[in-house]
Amino acid sequence: MRRIFSYLMPFRASIALEMVIKVLGTLAELLLPWMLQVILDDLVPQKQMNAILMWGGGMVACAAAGLVFNIIANRMSAGISRQVTRRIRFDLFRRVLRLSSGQVDGFTTPSLISRLTSDTYHVHEMIDRMQRMAVRAPIMLLGGVAMTLFLDPVLACVLVLPLPLLVAGVWALSRRGIRLYTDTQTAMDGMVRRAKESMAGIRVIQALSKTGYETGRFDEANRETAAREYRAGLLMNATNPLINAILNAGLTGVVVVGALRVNAGASQPGAIIAFLSYFTMILNALMAVSRIFVMLSKGIASGRRVAEVLSAPDDMLVVPIPAAPDNAHLAFEGVSFSYGKAEKDLYNISFSLQPGQTLGIIGPTGCGKSTLLRLLLRAYDPDAGRILIHGRDLRSIPSQELHKMFGVVFQNDFLFAGTLADNIDFGRGLDREAMLRAAENAQAEFIRTRPGGLDGHIAARGSDLSGGQKQRVLLSRAMAGKPEILILDDSSSALDYKTDAALRHALARGFSGVTKVIVAQRVSTIRHADLILVLEEGSAIGQGRHEELMQNCPAYRAIAEAQMGEVD
Amino acid sequence: MRENKGLGGHAGPSKSFERPKQGAGVILRRLWHYLAGCRRLLALSILISIASNLLALVGPKLSGYAVDALRPGQGQVDFDAVLYYAKWMLIAYLISAALSYLLAALMVRIARDVVYRLRRDVFEHLMRLPVRFYDSHAIGDALSVLSYDIDTISTMLSTDLIQMMANLLTVAGSFFMMLSISPLLFLPFLLTIPASILFTRYRARKVRPLYRDRSIALGELNGYAEEMTGGLETIRAYGRGDVFLHRFDEKNTAACEANYRADCFASMTGPSVGFINNLSLALVSTLGAVLYMAGWISLGSVSSFVLYSRKFSGPINEFANLFSELQSTLAAAERVFTLLDQPEETPDAPDAEMLDPAAVRGEVTLRDIDFGYSPDAPVLRGLSLTARPGQTIAIVGPTGAGKTTIINLLMRFYDPDRGTITMDGRDILHLTRASLRQAYSMVLQDTWLFTGTIYENLAYGKPGVTRQEVMEAARAAHIHRFILSLPQGYDTVLQDGGANISKGQRQLLTIARAMLLDAPMLILDEATSNVDTGTEQRIQKAMLTLMQGRTCFVIAHRLSTIQNADQILLLQNGCVAEQGTHAQLLAKGGAYCALYRAQFEDAGTG
Repeated sequence: MRRIFSYLMPFRASIALEMVIKVLGTLAELLLPWMLQVILDDLVPQKQMNAILMWGGGMVACAAAGLVFNIIANRMSAGISRQVTRRIRFDLFRRVLRLSSGQVDGFTTPSLISRLTSDTYHVHEMIDRMQRMAVRAPIMLLGGVAMTLFLDPVLACVLVLPLPLLVAGVWALSRRGIRLYTDTQTAMDGMVRRAKESMAGIRVIQALSKTGYETGRFDEANRETAAREYRAGLLMNATNPLINAILNAGLTGVVVVGALRVNAGASQPGAIIAFLSYFTMILNALMAVSRIFVMLSKGIASGRRVAEVLSAPDDMLVVPIPAAPDNAHLAFEGVSFSYGKAEKDLYNISFSLQPGQTLGIIGPTGCGKSTLLRLLLRAYDPDAGRILIHGRDLRSIPSQELHKMFGVVFQNDFLFAGTLADNIDFGRGLDREAMLRAAENAQAEFIRTRPGGLDGHIAARGSDLSGGQKQRVLLSRAMAGKPEILILDDSSSALDYKTDAALRHALARGFSGVTKVIVAQRVSTIRHADLILVLEEGSAIGQGRHEELMQNCPAYRAIAEAQMGEVD
Repeated sequence: MRENKGLGGHAGPSKSFERPKQGAGVILRRLWHYLAGCRRLLALSILISIASNLLALVGPKLSGYAVDALRPGQGQVDFDAVLYYAKWMLIAYLISAALSYLLAALMVRIARDVVYRLRRDVFEHLMRLPVRFYDSHAIGDALSVLSYDIDTISTMLSTDLIQMMANLLTVAGSFFMMLSISPLLFLPFLLTIPASILFTRYRARKVRPLYRDRSIALGELNGYAEEMTGGLETIRAYGRGDVFLHRFDEKNTAACEANYRADCFASMTGPSVGFINNLSLALVSTLGAVLYMAGWISLGSVSSFVLYSRKFSGPINEFANLFSELQSTLAAAERVFTLLDQPEETPDAPDAEMLDPAAVRGEVTLRDIDFGYSPDAPVLRGLSLTARPGQTIAIVGPTGAGKTTIINLLMRFYDPDRGTITMDGRDILHLTRASLRQAYSMVLQDTWLFTGTIYENLAYGKPGVTRQEVMEAARAAHIHRFILSLPQGYDTVLQDGGANISKGQRQLLTIARAMLLDAPMLILDEATSNVDTGTEQRIQKAMLTLMQGRTCFVIAHRLSTIQNADQILLLQNGCVAEQGTHAQLLAKGGAYCALYRAQFEDAGTG
């Protein structure tokens, strides 16, 4: 939480000013019952009509002052929260963008999204409300108590006595309430996740007539959520009646003790009336405080989740490692890696590519192909061995410099709502000429015939494009930025053979100087590669050119024959 | 206090299923339909609410009597009277507190029941919505209805409704009490009540558009954050974080500004209403003093009146808040009901027959089919095709040619605009959808697995299947060994749609699931494109066994996959360009042949 509050620090002067104004406004309101008491106890017995009207006018003036000060303070508070929230959100998103893959895996993407959206929203609410209510309520409370002490200290004690009891009660309830609300939120998250999953599988569900089953599964989650909401609601709703009961008991005490005091000539009836008014103010202030607790509990829970991301340590730092200039563009030297650090996902991989050469990677699913690419992009650091680009260790290359070298297409890569140009450019500020050329090379001629062409819009995740069209847009993106290294992860699988062949020709023709790393299922995609790596369970079981592998790698030969054997 | 809850724009306005606006009356009536189930509890809670609030209203009156018993001056106090009234005050307040807790508990319970049923109905409806809905709407919108919108309704029911009832009673009660104490002293309210009303109305009119802007801006921001977070890996790979951060910041700034404008205005409410209250207090005090001085009313009456006046004007502040809350609840309820109003699949024809899967021969005919997802973009035109029982139909063609669409039509996820599809000679429009769909097993492009054990995922389509059978199917799909290698074997829980296993393994699992179904027809949609060749070969062998005697529709890019097909259908631009067996089509030397050459060229010449 300190992290969140640190965002308030730059505004401490404004906040202080705002609080002073707020306090002034609140004090003006606090004077009202006292003035009432003066009128009733001092002026009425003296029958001073003018004085009564004057004090009445004073009350109106105080009310007006309360209005003006409070509005000013509230505006300032809204302004400060706006700035603070903006910065928190900005920093959070920046931090999210810089998280390493390992850290993203740790947080999980849905959780990051909810931290960016609903958590920052709750934090904003908390900051804004805290400024507004957290000042007003305590001042009302303390001021109310102070005024009553000033009016009649003995009577005030009667009113103040139950306060510690009350605060303890509210505190205990709120503490437990926070826990129950956290439970409720967890149940709710689970329920939403379940619903999301079912919606994603609607075709399968309807095809198998499993609607009833899904409804049943959802019902469990729904029941659980409802039950937890119920428990939390039961508890939190006890606060107000509790406050009411205790304070009203105190009020009755005031009347009784007041009667004694008046009888002894130590107090006046008007003071008791003023007391009753202050009592209402104190009551309202306490209720506000209890609401602040609820809000604070949500805000703190969210703030923690935001702070967790904000204070995630910088991962994948640049390590100064002296370079030994090398002709080879790209080299893996004895690279091993494991996600869970238990089983090796990649074991002792070594190869070296000259500039402009092509590496083809083939192997069964789960053999480590995509992992190899992730290491190459430094999404993760290898556990053993090293990866070199022109003799420089990957870990020693600043990330901006590193990532400018690559053009990448992942499996099921990311397209966002916007124009095709936006998606191909991907924020690099490329000229249209380059994009059109890339689209041509990527065989994305459909862009020209599509309404709007490059400026035509696509939906989020490219959901209004076919699988093949998506891949071609992604290929255009990868090819458009004049990459030094082109990485394609099974990125032509949805293309028909003809298009795939044309793509290969375009790659060979237009990207002869670019080093290419291509993961493929089809032998035909990589058979012309300068080096082919056959992976199985994380190890290279074959390495060489197509012809060599056909000779000495039975696994490769089996794949090739299965795919092409019947053709000739 | 929470006027903006739910407007948080977690998903923002659900623009995507906008329909003609429903009147507030209609929405309330539909909400009432949900409340009606708890009619008795509701009636009880109203009674309790009345009792509790009346008791609370008696308090000031009693305290006024007690004050009257305090005559200024030593030894003038009537202690018996003071104690008598104090006793009753205490009793009234305590019972009132107890009742108000009981009331709150009741309302929380009612809210729980209503919200539970709303969520259930929304989800059930979602499951019955046609695939068309999911193809044209973002899941996130429906999810935000299910969570945030219903949550808003819940808060309304469990908290705001009590508050509203209590306020109404307090206002009415205080009003009568004040009138009974002194109609003259009530005069200041003739000034302040209209002022409150005017202010509230002015505010509501001004604030609503501001809040709408705010929720649109927040919705956009959140949508953007969600989308971009999904693409982190790519953004990082291209090192473009700063650009996207900059775009995010534009939306962030816009959202914060919109929020500020709304907050600025909304934050006037509290002080303004407070001012009106304080003004009433000032006027009542002055006038009360004058009247007391003139001997028209007692001091106790002034005291009670001041307390009632606070009670009276307090809720007007709350009303303004509650009103805007009611507005956002209505908006939320409207989104809920709009979602519930999304047309379900047209019901099966009244004379629709059940298809007995065991009796299906598997002859499928498509005649002169025209179809488009929207009227202005036809996808299929005049498509005709006959699949005889047990045949394998391979559908090939460039992307966007309408291959997947055929599957959608066969399984009646969509119905053709023109033309008929028959199954064993019966128009599929006259079959129940459930029985028609059950006649197919399918393996789709996008594997779908749910959070649950592997066993549950495999047995999904066939309840009551034995573990033995599940293992058989897994063996046939060549995934058995992999499953056994997992720490919990078949009881391994797949997290997050199977994110903890590789894509190819997910594919194999869905194949195993399809195998287990043992349906008379089979649909494969590019299912093999992510499986490596070795596995694919094994699958293909298993599939061939599975395909024995079954009609199969296969969409695949790999020619080797479809060489064995009985019929190859080459789609181009929504029409069948060529149709025939592999040999026939090669001999023909047309488009199929060209497609084939693309591979031949590579494989042969290099």
